[in-house]
Amino acid sequence: MKKPVLLLSALLSAVMLSSVSPVLAQSKEQFIPVLSYRTGPYAPNGTPWANGFVDYLKLMNLKGGINNVKITYEECETGYDTARSVECYERLKSKKPSFVQTLSTGATFAITEKAPGDKIPVLTVGYGRSESADGAVFKWNFPIAGTYWVAADTIMQAIAKKEGGWDKLKGKKVALVYHDSPFGKEPIPLIQERARIHGFELQLLPVTPPGVEQKATWLQVRQAKPDYVVLWGWGVMNSTAIKEAQATGYAREKMYGVWWAGAEQDVKDVADGAKGYNAVTIQHGAEPNADIVKTLLAQIHAKGQGTGPKEEVGQVLYLRGVMSAMIGVEGIRSAQERFGKGKVMTGEQVRWGLENLNLTQPKLDALGFKGVMRPISTSCMDHMGAAWTRIHTWDGKNWVFTSDWMQADEQILKPLVKATADKYAAEKKLTRRTGQDCQS
Amino acid sequence: MFYRENGQLKTSYQADQQIFPIAQDRWFILAMLLLAFVVAPLLATDYWFSAILIPFVIMAMAAIGVNILVGYCGQISLGSGAFMAVGAYGAYNFFARVPDMPLIPALILGGLCATVFGVLFGLPSLRVRGLYLAVATLAAQFFADWMFLRIKWFTLDTPSGSVSVSNLQVFGLPIESDVSKYLFCLTLLCLVALLAKNLVRGAIGREWMAIRDMDVAAAVIGIRPMYAKLSAFAVSSFIIGVAGALWAFIYMGSWEPSAFSVNESFRLLFMVIIGGLGSIMGGFLGAAFIILLPIFLNQALPFIAGMVGIEISTTVVSHTELMIFGGLIVWFLIVEPHGLAKLWSIGKQKMRVWPFPY
Amino acid sequence: MGFFLETLLGGLMAGMLYSLVALGFVLIFKASGVFNFAQGAMVLFAALAMARFAQWLNTAGLGPAWLVNLMAFALAAVVMFAVAWLIERLVLRNLVNQEGTTLLMATLGITYFLEGLGQSIFGSDIYKIDIGMPKEPVIAFQDVFEGGILINLEDLIAALIAACLVVALSVFFQKTGTGRALRAVADDHQAAQSIGIPLNRIWVIVWCVAGLVALVAGMIWGSKLGVQFSLATVALRALPVVILGGLTSVPGAIIGGLIIGVGEKLSEVYLGPFVGGGIEIWFAYVLALVFLLFRPQGLFGEKIIDRV
Repeated sequence: MKKPVLLLSALLSAVMLSSVSPVLAQSKEQFIPVLSYRTGPYAPNGTPWANGFVDYLKLMNLKGGINNVKITYEECETGYDTARSVECYERLKSKKPSFVQTLSTGATFAITEKAPGDKIPVLTVGYGRSESADGAVFKWNFPIAGTYWVAADTIMQAIAKKEGGWDKLKGKKVALVYHDSPFGKEPIPLIQERARIHGFELQLLPVTPPGVEQKATWLQVRQAKPDYVVLWGWGVMNSTAIKEAQATGYAREKMYGVWWAGAEQDVKDVADGAKGYNAVTIQHGAEPNADIVKTLLAQIHAKGQGTGPKEEVGQVLYLRGVMSAMIGVEGIRSAQERFGKGKVMTGEQVRWGLENLNLTQPKLDALGFKGVMRPISTSCMDHMGAAWTRIHTWDGKNWVFTSDWMQADEQILKPLVKATADKYAAEKKLTRRTGQDCQS
Repeated sequence: MFYRENGQLKTSYQADQQIFPIAQDRWFILAMLLLAFVVAPLLATDYWFSAILIPFVIMAMAAIGVNILVGYCGQISLGSGAFMAVGAYGAYNFFARVPDMPLIPALILGGLCATVFGVLFGLPSLRVRGLYLAVATLAAQFFADWMFLRIKWFTLDTPSGSVSVSNLQVFGLPIESDVSKYLFCLTLLCLVALLAKNLVRGAIGREWMAIRDMDVAAAVIGIRPMYAKLSAFAVSSFIIGVAGALWAFIYMGSWEPSAFSVNESFRLLFMVIIGGLGSIMGGFLGAAFIILLPIFLNQALPFIAGMVGIEISTTVVSHTELMIFGGLIVWFLIVEPHGLAKLWSIGKQKMRVWPFPY
Repeated sequence: MGFFLETLLGGLMAGMLYSLVALGFVLIFKASGVFNFAQGAMVLFAALAMARFAQWLNTAGLGPAWLVNLMAFALAAVVMFAVAWLIERLVLRNLVNQEGTTLLMATLGITYFLEGLGQSIFGSDIYKIDIGMPKEPVIAFQDVFEGGILINLEDLIAALIAACLVVALSVFFQKTGTGRALRAVADDHQAAQSIGIPLNRIWVIVWCVAGLVALVAGMIWGSKLGVQFSLATVALRALPVVILGGLTSVPGAIIGGLIIGVGEKLSEVYLGPFVGGGIEIWFAYVLALVFLLFRPQGLFGEKIIDRV
């Protein structure tokens, strides 16, 4: 009995003393925290994204960094949990991060409240708050390349196209099977707006996270017989949904998923059973032939430096991680153009960089994204920069593009974004940024 | 030898009945209070505040609440997360809907909402006992999960279901900086701990302990089980509700219903079991252990791996953390099922009789 | 009417799947008085083991699919027996005579440990268990009911497997010597010990059987949903089944499962739309709670006798 007591007291004192204060970052390097999740119900989808993100940073360092400023990064496991994400953020805050990305809409909401005070821009490529595209209200949020309202709108556009026009949608039924969380609820305002305008019926079917039991949901789908099902899930919920759709005989051709529900991980177990399932893409899809993919394979994976398995490179979620990292890095580079090339950028300076991002097609091609991405150009008022999407479909073995490039309809999007952003500004007692503030 | 109370004679009932009758204890508590109120704000870094001290203070309060229910009254409850959620959303609704509502009344009203919820879901305890009750309280947990996701009124009709608070202030002093947040929570914790300690020392506490030990016998000697059990639920959920409101307002700032999931309930139960059932000190010790352990492991594991020259990924760290956490809990329960508080009292006893072994 | 029958059938099938998991709880509680919160983690661990062994054996090219599955099952069973033995040796033996709360917490600790261990050894991706279950639906009675009734063949086969398992367990408990010993231990530890039944060995056997049940449950759930971390949360869905049926009754686990399954699905489909949906989980718990108020020991559980 004595030994365990002594051991325990020793352990406890060690705990108290050695909960280390984080080491301050070297001032010569650009620090990027990587909030990721490689465990838990969302790990199958979060892991390839994190691998892509980190691989791109490694590639940048191999090429000498951003104008000879090396990048350091540190991964922090969040498990898709908001509280843990906040804890990771607080812990890594002292290392002077260039920007923070959370890969979680819930965590984005929480960190949006803290980031302005800490002067760290929040980069949310393809997720986060849809209204944060309004840069005049959300100074520190950057949902670059697309938000959920863009995804929802282009899905509806694709559905309308399939029907033969918006007018043909009148009287039809669309069911939204969504993850019961802030992430899943994001598209609802936009689809409801479209339903109001075009006269189709929207049925909302929430799935309790993590979404492992969906039998009742899909029985309801079978009974209601909607013309289309929009799937807004993440992690295990996606593959379960497709399996249940197969088990209840709902045609997968009539299913459209958001870009987080359209990856190899979601369909590979079902393989042929998911044939015909469509998903919207945020600019890129599965691009095994892209230049950047070849570069990463040759420069990183061939040397054994790859973060994940080689087979992942070029897959949808891996590429999304690469794209997110690229946008962040280019934001830092753009900041260096103004504040000093070859110098380490602070959070505020990176914010300016992300706000004045001008990724032209030649620039994107040079970076290796030819044919994968379209130009992105942000501004003070517009923190989204681009709203290009495509639809890709699973053919049993691969994701194949089945549509042209689409853009979200500004007529619908802009008023909704402005109205919601205004509401946020009123609640938080913020004033809209004007011309002068935009120059800083 | 260090701890003798020789010569400390009491001359009044009041002196005899005080919480810390031994002078050394009083000095020790004074030193701890000084450390907490004065030294910590001066020395601690931002990270210490936001990641360690503030969560510790809030969770200690919640652990005290859970201990009253589980440790003193013997009703195993797995619905603590739900009570925190009700407290948080209740306080939020009062804070956001009533113009110019001051913070402390909002917190108290949130606590009262949690009390009502707690008493309601505590009613089954009158009929069901033991493990069955534990599982029955999960009904409260999942119901609360659903309620705050689905009923838009609670989240002020935001489409996303995520809510946030800002511009907190108490008596004109803003609670924005880490130090002010910490001191505010600490003050509330001291008040709650005092309240709880006096409750469990009083008649109602003895009733709770009688119900815990042998509820049929307690009923026979005239303790009304309904009153005792429901009052335990009421007091416990009030404290947990206030803690939940603090967690949401002060620590998170912006939260969604999944912040108070069933994992929180398990975490609180762990804190209480490891800290020691049936002791107020146990709440503090358990909260410290559960909060510090993941952070310690997060820093220590890569450090140790680095010493041996292996680079480990966050996945491995995460999984090892889980294994060590589970293993430690089991080890703890084997070594000292009565928790850290028992170890503490054994330590004190050793100090009293030193250099003799017993 | 057709849709009601469909939902009812779906609920019954789902209920049987929950019963599979609940059986593990009941077995261990019956024989050792421990409420094994780690059952969910055991299901996950077993399923991970089987999925990964099948994958590794497949890539090693060791023969036709059915042989690979059989070998993977056998290997996973061995792993589960090892886990059971270790748990008894390291945890239970040291916690003899502790009160229920302590044992409960110990099993919670084992849950975390198994979750971490399983994912460390086998990985945290989604893995496939392919035991040749039919995936396409069967629509029957199309002439009687409009649209026919959807019968999920996979669930039906799973329900049959569960039924076989229950029959096998009943035979084991009633007819074999070990089964009798288990029942004796469940009745009274001290009396059983006094007539020479080795308690420790019995507990190992019980945990092994529970491990096997977990493996079967994991195999079926894994085949349906894919093997991934969230499989461990299935245990939380099976808890209402256990308390509804009674912690000490095997038929209770089945009947309770059927009631909870039907209740869940019917409530979600018919009541859900009025309140916005997503009520499955808490409805199951509230249903179990309501039953408990009338029978505090569950439908088939042992009556709780208090001695003052």
